[in-house]
Amino acid sequence: MSEHRIDLTVNGHRHSARVEARTGLGEFLRDTLGYTGTHLACEHGVCGACTVLVDGVAMRSCLMLAVQADGAELTTVEGLAAPDGTLHPVQQALKDNFGLQCGFCTPGVAMTLAAVTRDHEGPGLEEALTKAMSGHLCRCTGYQGIRRAIRQLAGASA
Amino acid sequence: MKPAPFDYVRPSSVEEACRVLAEAGGGATVIAGGQTLMPLLALRMSQPFVLVDINGIAALKGVTRVEGGIRVGPATRQADALRDATLARHLPVFVTALGHVGHYQTRNRGTVGGSIALGEPAAEMPATAVALGARVEIASVRGTRTVPADEFYLGPYMTVLEPDELVTGVVYPDWPDGHLVLFREVAQRPGDFALVGLVGALVLEGGTVSRAGIGWFGMGPTPIRARQVEAALVGTALDRIDPQTMARLAIADTAPFDDHHASAEYRRTVGARIFARALAETLDLRSAA
Ligand SMILES: Cc1cc2nc3c(=O)[nH]c(=O)nc-3n(C[C@@H](O)[C@H](O)[C@H](O)COP(=O)(O)OP(=O)(O)OC[C@H]3O[C@@H](n4cnc5c(N)ncnc54)[C@H](O)[C@@H]3O)c2cc1C
Ligand code: FES
Ligand code: FES
Repeated sequence: MSEHRIDLTVNGHRHSARVEARTGLGEFLRDTLGYTGTHLACEHGVCGACTVLVDGVAMRSCLMLAVQADGAELTTVEGLAAPDGTLHPVQQALKDNFGLQCGFCTPGVAMTLAAVTRDHEGPGLEEALTKAMSGHLCRCTGYQGIRRAIRQLAGASA
Repeated sequence: MKPAPFDYVRPSSVEEACRVLAEAGGGATVIAGGQTLMPLLALRMSQPFVLVDINGIAALKGVTRVEGGIRVGPATRQADALRDATLARHLPVFVTALGHVGHYQTRNRGTVGGSIALGEPAAEMPATAVALGARVEIASVRGTRTVPADEFYLGPYMTVLEPDELVTGVVYPDWPDGHLVLFREVAQRPGDFALVGLVGALVLEGGTVSRAGIGWFGMGPTPIRARQVEAALVGTALDRIDPQTMARLAIADTAPFDDHHASAEYRRTVGARIFARALAETLDLRSAA
């Protein structure tokens, strides 16, 4: 059972730690570094709650080992809002449209919507955001609030 | 922590990876995107002593044109292959199928080779490799070998790969630019594994089908090449193709099973239906199902 020293950046802050090889990235973020905004539910890659950005790319943190994030720059939901507390447009849209109820799925949803909004070029943002939502389960909202938030985001950038 | 303890190594070359696999004497497992393996580790259905992470091996990534075909490195991320200009231009059928593998988030990490090596019978990539006549390149300390995709799969999650072997490339033979894409799948939700699906490429010359490569997924213990319908289509003029007859031939090669999602009968019925529709639409035939 190997142990590894890893160095990584989370939301602009540098961290170093020793991890057992089998430590998942999601549990490392939560239990070792205290970024509890990243939620773990299924831990099997199905629900999407654990989605974070690894070097800017949205991935499921339960399907990566912490050791695989050595050298990476991570963004979690704690890193979305501006330093002065101004919400990220995705957070604002979810808030404005009741895109969350219990909030358990929300950190993952927000990371996906933020990444797709950032990367999308040209028309079709609403469709791209809606398609990317297939990777998330929400047990509360029935998705309609999230769809309204998506429309707000797509409208804002149109 | 859910997985059982293991050692983790991240080799930087194919040689090094093969050496680690050989030294582990069957106790090592390769991790590529981890989108299937991580859940298996968490469930302890997989309990390797050594996990060999191939994400640091540059030689296993990327898409290149080779003599007579296109080579896809196994560690190429699905999302990167989806954006690849060579594949978009010369192998659109591959790109169409890949777009149905999982979700945006899993394609950002999952690899083409991981899906090929896994051998899930309902997966799109193995069936695409079989349909197009791809060859799987394999390496170990004992040497290299190349296996045609339709001989690579032995059963559900079972392939000809030995425990010390690594997939190092998947080579798709050239299909003429402008080949027609045949693709249809039925899944319970977008991004789910298909209940039934088909993928293929057709080439037309002067109103006649001159080449066909067609494969099924979710229609048996392995991906299945629909050889009977391929033979019937090749050399046949468009105005003589009856989608229903072809659909019956297409499912003749399949061996679907009952599971808690669907019965074998459902798969056969739906398979024939989607085949007839996909064929009629792709060839622009009038008598759609
Ligand atoms: C929610 C969800 C939905 C999904 N839906 C689909 C779907 O609709 N269709 C679909 O096809 N897949 C689907 N998948 C699985 C897909 O995302 C995986 O990417 C794929 O099955 C495995 O690729 P990977 O790179 O993640 O491989 P890994 O999980 O890392 O490995 C898979 C297996 O292949 C072996 N392996 C990997 N690379 C090599 C290599 N180069 N040489 C030898 N052995 C190797 C590993 O040892 C392991 O046994 C889904 C996954 C999730 C989590
Ligand atoms: S906790 Fe990662 S997908 Fe559910
Ligand atoms: S808001 Fe409760 S699960 Fe989505």
